[in-house]
Amino acid sequence: MSFLEVKNVSKGYGPPWKRSEILEDINLSIEEGEFVSIIGYSGAGKTTLMSLLAGLIKPDKGTVTLGGKAMSGPGPDRGLVFQNYSLLPWLTVYENVALAVDQVFPKWSTAERKAHTEKFIKMVNLTPATKKLPRELSGGMRQRVSVARTLAINPRVLLLDEPLGALDALTRATLQDEISRLWQEDRKTVVLITNDPDEAILLADRVIPLTAGPKATLGPSIPVTIERPRDRKCVSEDYDFKQIRNEVIDYLLKARDRHKASLSRNLVLPDIEPEDISRGRRLSGGRRGPVRKSEIKRENVEVEV
Amino acid sequence: MNFLKKFDGLLLPLVGAAIIIGLWALVAGHEKVTKDEFGFENVEKVGLSKDLPGPVKTWQESKLYVEQPFAKRGELDQGILAFTWLSLKLVAQGYIIALLIGTPIGFFLGLSKTFTKIFDPIIQVLRPVSPLAWLPLGMILFSSFAIKNGAGRTIFGASDAAALFTIAICSMWPTVLNTAVGVRAIPQDYLNVGKVLKLSKVKMLFKILLPATLPYMFTGFRLSLGLAWLVIVAAEMLTGRPGIGGFLWQQYNANIYEQIILCILTIGLVGFVLDRVMSLVESRFKTA
Repeated sequence: MSFLEVKNVSKGYGPPWKRSEILEDINLSIEEGEFVSIIGYSGAGKTTLMSLLAGLIKPDKGTVTLGGKAMSGPGPDRGLVFQNYSLLPWLTVYENVALAVDQVFPKWSTAERKAHTEKFIKMVNLTPATKKLPRELSGGMRQRVSVARTLAINPRVLLLDEPLGALDALTRATLQDEISRLWQEDRKTVVLITNDPDEAILLADRVIPLTAGPKATLGPSIPVTIERPRDRKCVSEDYDFKQIRNEVIDYLLKARDRHKASLSRNLVLPDIEPEDISRGRRLSGGRRGPVRKSEIKRENVEVEV
Repeated sequence: MNFLKKFDGLLLPLVGAAIIIGLWALVAGHEKVTKDEFGFENVEKVGLSKDLPGPVKTWQESKLYVEQPFAKRGELDQGILAFTWLSLKLVAQGYIIALLIGTPIGFFLGLSKTFTKIFDPIIQVLRPVSPLAWLPLGMILFSSFAIKNGAGRTIFGASDAAALFTIAICSMWPTVLNTAVGVRAIPQDYLNVGKVLKLSKVKMLFKILLPATLPYMFTGFRLSLGLAWLVIVAAEMLTGRPGIGGFLWQQYNANIYEQIILCILTIGLVGFVLDRVMSLVESRFKTA
């Protein structure tokens, strides 16, 4: 059995009569120390998948297990880096990280916790900003704090939910290199969710496409065999890289073509058509009255997502 | 023209004040002295509102209270700031009670849907009730309430308790409702951070819920203080306590009208200052 295992998981939202199925039949197994990227369209259910892995929501069907144990809720063994940083705005950089450290290592001495907190702030190159509040930082810096907070609690799995989604291209590149460097240092198990194929391939050992929703599911995993450390300039010229990239994009495009959403709705026409006198219905008070055509018309619409 | 523009902030409000004082002088009554055929002087009040004293008369009669603001000539005859101080003390007591009761209620309303369903209708019904209606209830509620000093004199009696009760219950609602809204408006992300770290209930409250709600709470606190100050006049009028509102009512009953406007101005100015101070505190607690 793999380290992190997702089996036949489905998840939908809403009450039964207008339910939208987000994820269906998700199967995923990740070995310890592996870096896996999941790539998909926006709105496909990427964040739902991440929340399932983090234990913030429970699957309708199927199981999620970590190291052979079923997950029952969120916990610090799975470090989640949120898409929108989720730093607490009233705490400084140091306090944000320290909150997590103090919570997860209560048995350590004050000095040990302080040293640990400072070490991780240094790791993401934010020592000069230690005493700043999140609103005084740029988006990239905020996300680095978020990464430091998550790494500092030493999680068994690192879950990155579109961590660089809100950043500009240059900052993205810098942070990608930084994530790559941090990963090489201690080889944690990482699941990265992204909508950028280059980012997915550059960082991961394996790329798994997520088809478009509703009822999104995972496609076959595509191994990335490019040697590490990967240099972004050389890699983009690399033959293998292009090959993998085409494969991923092809799969996602094909999956979208196959996937058509259909919906059925009442057609509300202006009420000027003649009434259909042949069909009757019961009005209030027991009278019988004719049916208007506009009330019985229905159409099926196919919409391409 | 440019020169004048620089003083807009100072000049234009003065223009407004001048207009109001002008209207006041126009409406106010003045004394008209006529002599009858026997040479007796006959003083008669004339004017649109002949009992309303004009600006000059008001100032003459109020001078004593303004120039010796802390004088105490008797329990019900004190300088204007001495009265204000008495009122402020009462307001502070009632306001603190309101915050201590209102904030936890707000938290429960924000956190629990069941609690909201149980108590929200009652709150919505009680909220618009006027202080004038609460005061008699307070009197009845605390009718046998008395704290006596060593000499056996009552230092805190039924009417004091009733006044406090009225101020507290009337000024509580903005705090309750704003706190509830603030708790409901906490972004899910902050709560997720707490869940992932497995914070205990107490830590969750003090590290996440409370700081995230503070800006809303302070908006509530500011509105509550405004209401508490609004209620003080009614409370003092009905209980006859010495204070700015009590003074106003006493002078009216004694047919001395000159100090009524002085009292109104003082009440307005103090309310304005309180609001300013609270909004300074409020902006201090704004996060991101």
